[in-house]
Amino acid sequence: MRPFSYERARTPADAAAAAARTPGAKFIAGGTNLLDLMKLEIETPPHLIDVNGLSLDTVAPTPDGGLRIGALVRNTDLAADDRVRRDYGLLSRALLAGASGQLRNKATTAGNLLQRTRCPYFYDTAQPCNKRQPGSGCAAIGGFSRQLAVIGGSEACIATHPSDMAVAMRALDATVETVRPDGATRGIPIAEFHRLPGDTPHIETALEPGELITAVTLPKPLGGRHIYRKVRDRASYAFALVAVGAILQPDGSGRVALGGVAHKPWRVEAAEAELPRGAKAAAAALLAGAKPTPENAFKLPLVERTLAAVLAQAKG
Amino acid sequence: MKFDTPATTNPIDQLKVVGVSTSRIDGPLKTTGTAPYAYERHDVVPNQAYGYVVGAGIGKGRIASLSVAAAKAAPGVLAVVTADNAGKLGKGRLNIAKLLGGPEIDHYHQAVALVVAESFEQARAAAQLIRVEYERGEGRFDLAQAKAAMGDAADAKKEDSNVGDFAAAFAAAPVKLDETYRTPDQSHAMMEPHATVAAWEGDRLTVWTSNQMVDWTTGDLARTLGMPKEKVRLISPFVGGGFGGKLFLRADTLLAALGARAAGRPVKVALQRPLMMNNTTHRPATIQRIRIGATADGRITAIAHESWSGNLPDGKPENAVDQTRLLYAGANRLTGNRLAVLDLPEGNAMRAPGEAPGLMALEIAMDEMAERLGLDPVEFRIRNDTQVDPEKPERPFSKRQLVECLRVGAERFGWDKRNPRPGATRDGDWLVGIGMAAAFRNNLLTKSAARVRLDTRGVVTVETDMTDIGTGSYTIIAQTAAEMMGVGLDRVVVRLGDSSFPVSAGSGGQWGANNATAGVYAACVKLREAVAQRLGVNSADAQFADGQVRSGNRSVPLAQAAGGGELSAEDAIEYGDLGKRYQQSTFGGHFVEVAVDAATGETRVRRMLAVCAAGRILNPLSARSQVIGAMTMGVGAALMEELAVDTRSGFFVNHDLAGYEVPVHADIPHQEVIFLDETDPISSPMKAKGVGELGLCGVGAAVANAVYNATGVRVRDYPVTLDKLLDRLPPLA
Ligand SMILES: Cc1cc2nc3c(=O)[nH]c(=O)nc-3n(C[C@H](O)[C@H](O)[C@H](O)COP(=O)(O)OP(=O)(O)OC[C@H]3O[C@@H](n4cnc5c(N)ncnc54)[C@H](O)[C@@H]3O)c2cc1C
Ligand code: SF4
Repeated sequence: MRPFSYERARTPADAAAAAARTPGAKFIAGGTNLLDLMKLEIETPPHLIDVNGLSLDTVAPTPDGGLRIGALVRNTDLAADDRVRRDYGLLSRALLAGASGQLRNKATTAGNLLQRTRCPYFYDTAQPCNKRQPGSGCAAIGGFSRQLAVIGGSEACIATHPSDMAVAMRALDATVETVRPDGATRGIPIAEFHRLPGDTPHIETALEPGELITAVTLPKPLGGRHIYRKVRDRASYAFALVAVGAILQPDGSGRVALGGVAHKPWRVEAAEAELPRGAKAAAAALLAGAKPTPENAFKLPLVERTLAAVLAQAKG
Repeated sequence: MKFDTPATTNPIDQLKVVGVSTSRIDGPLKTTGTAPYAYERHDVVPNQAYGYVVGAGIGKGRIASLSVAAAKAAPGVLAVVTADNAGKLGKGRLNIAKLLGGPEIDHYHQAVALVVAESFEQARAAAQLIRVEYERGEGRFDLAQAKAAMGDAADAKKEDSNVGDFAAAFAAAPVKLDETYRTPDQSHAMMEPHATVAAWEGDRLTVWTSNQMVDWTTGDLARTLGMPKEKVRLISPFVGGGFGGKLFLRADTLLAALGARAAGRPVKVALQRPLMMNNTTHRPATIQRIRIGATADGRITAIAHESWSGNLPDGKPENAVDQTRLLYAGANRLTGNRLAVLDLPEGNAMRAPGEAPGLMALEIAMDEMAERLGLDPVEFRIRNDTQVDPEKPERPFSKRQLVECLRVGAERFGWDKRNPRPGATRDGDWLVGIGMAAAFRNNLLTKSAARVRLDTRGVVTVETDMTDIGTGSYTIIAQTAAEMMGVGLDRVVVRLGDSSFPVSAGSGGQWGANNATAGVYAACVKLREAVAQRLGVNSADAQFADGQVRSGNRSVPLAQAAGGGELSAEDAIEYGDLGKRYQQSTFGGHFVEVAVDAATGETRVRRMLAVCAAGRILNPLSARSQVIGAMTMGVGAALMEELAVDTRSGFFVNHDLAGYEVPVHADIPHQEVIFLDETDPISSPMKAKGVGELGLCGVGAAVANAVYNATGVRVRDYPVTLDKLLDRLPPLA
């Protein structure tokens, strides 16, 4: 870990302004991801801005019937929130499928969206990795890629985004609210928030330098059955091989987002029209153009089969 | 004490303390966080500095340049140790690769430097300033490729074990099987990393460490440092898991000693978790070919087991075929290990080395063979039981209750309710199956010594360099001494893991319990004689009970014997040729029920049973803990554990606990363990054998066989992960 300076921000706008003052500065929320990466010098921020005191830790209704989730609401609290459990069951279930109780007590809504990949080569600083060190190459391509992306990858990077929560947010059409160093605020639709790797896998989101997440808002509830199915080698405390988050209506229509398959939560709105025709059609549309490696090609049938199970569960 | 004739009745047979379920006497230390583990020995010596290890970033080659200037200049740094400045180093007798690499690099994450600083954080920060340039060498990293290059070896090799005429008998067999199985590289992944505090006093070195084999490691540390063994003291009273990974001197200990010398003050080093998989040893992957021929009624006539594994030059093969020499009958036999040179990290012992991967293969083969024969898998095994060493029929097993284990297990598990037709039992979304496997592990005999002291308060203190790796050694040793000296457990103090104590068997190969307690038994016999002599009674008819020594109608408090000063006795158990005349092994049966998600292929274990016949069970409570822990490890081996090899650059990629998955609580369901009532008078005066590894042997295959029974998909390539099942699971609506 490199030495760094540290400050506590008092307001969101201050935090963003402070971040702009020191190039490479980072916000720290729960620290469950950032600190690990700093210890390994995968992240080397010279300055940390602690955002834990910003009072962004409440869940409140929005005027249009949705929910506004403060950036610092802990994953545990969000999953347990009555309104979330009642109206956004998918989100609650996705959160509870992630990490462990202890980690969820610390992990925040914003931090969870911004957690970095679990590609094993990203974690080994002796290995080339375009995401960690732009231009150094990608050790995962042609290497151990069982966990990695099957769709949306590039010649530069085939990592996945590991978040469960983000899959639910994507299916729910959440909006990420931010404040920029100049004090301006904006809302970024979740669909545009995470990026595909392209030539710049180190740039993972639409956030600009210094931009602080203040909240994530959910539109008004959709009803329907909310199912989150996370598939993994062991029963708990493992990242998804594949995850299916779905909101399904009695008439067979619905929404589906996937985890564990791409550099971002994977949703193809057009594919959802296929849902009434069953898992095969919907999975084919969702994963059209997939380019798996021999080691992770199993994810394609796995998505289809998991989706089939989810659709059956929704009917049952 | 020489043990060369079978044990007769002795004080242990009273079973007042031995054989009684006893909570571990060191439990309160552990639950209160006060058991002194190596890295937390802040108390033992002041002014400890911190070391941080730098591992090589290539699998094979040499260091072209290594620049330490920036690290040396970093805040708090006291010293940087590399092969350049460490002085001449020897190599431990039990080490294959050097523990401090450079300029040659033998494997990934081989230590190339240690940075010592005032704080851990400073050492870590400085370590990341070290710049190493490498010249990559050509490494051999792919076992399958190495096997192909060796050519599919002809049957007969001089190191093979050949009995009868395998080839002819196999050719003639009406029912046969010829299949190949694979087990992956595995990591011990114990909770406590390798850790050491080292301190020099003049030319004397003391290390507080975490090690299973005190004497081996003391010797190898002295040898590596080129100093007399007498000047090295090694202290390892608590070990937070080892599983064979801490049998040997490893880099933490050597580097702590070198760092302390360089810094001129005590240094502590723990191997960082991401280094553990590649820096230390691992269980090597195997490719195993098994051929079995049998008569139509299921008698094995021919059995062959060949195993290919790789290791660094001078390394040994994983002996995956040993159990096949002994487990089943059959007149024509062939077994052999083939070794490829691989430049992956050093392969070495991991819990039940040999048998664990060997049975993962053999016991699937037996399941497959039973199916071909149309026989029940339990019955097929029973039909091929042998009470003698099948290679040397003049050698009987000292005690062999395999058949009883299988029968009891089948009955208790409800085996008769198993549907023999695979893929035919459903419970909602789950495909349900039951599988079993035989368990087998040899019982190994090694000399083991102890000292026993009696003080004026009547307290008996046992000292031996035996280790407790979480197994319960403290407790069974206390039980042994209490039984022998006729005192309660509260009157016994046990001190372990110190090279200044008599040399014990140590902990490994499930040999610890029987040998170490037998050594304590021997010392106690001597102490009893000394007590009798002091008290002027005839030692032959003296009775030691309730803190009293009785002879005829005289009864004297035991403490009185120490009235004239503490009494001390030291002895060792040494073995004659009983181990040659008899085959000594432990046996068991594993039964497992699994459910496989019909959609995703995720396998979840529902219940497990182990029935073990392993001699006298010294402490059923801690023995059960050993067996359920081993069963858990078996589930890991069956379903998830695999070091993923990057065959291009030669390393285990998933080198942390996020990437190397072991079972978590949610994976482990109801586990039951039954110990058959057994004593083995051939094994030692304790009539005990080991169980800690037996509990693992066969579990993997029992799980794999259950998955087959559930799904009809036969996976011969561990771990049995969902991707290997998916394309053969029933289609979904
Ligand atoms: C062992 C382990 C297992 C895990 N398993 C899972 C799992 O199964 N599923 C899963 O989804 N996750 C899993 N996680 C990841 C976990 O969910 C994340 O670590 C956590 O959500 C991150 O939140 P945090 O608040 O601790 O973020 P931090 O570590 O504090 O920050 C993460 C990133 O977000 C940035 N950041 C934080 N807050 C803001 C803000 N308000 N605005 C802008 N940037 C901000 C930081 O600068 C940093 O770059 C696991 C983590 C661990 C350690
Ligand atoms: S897949 Fe991405 S994160 Fe992984 S090594 Fe390649 S560039 Fe790095």
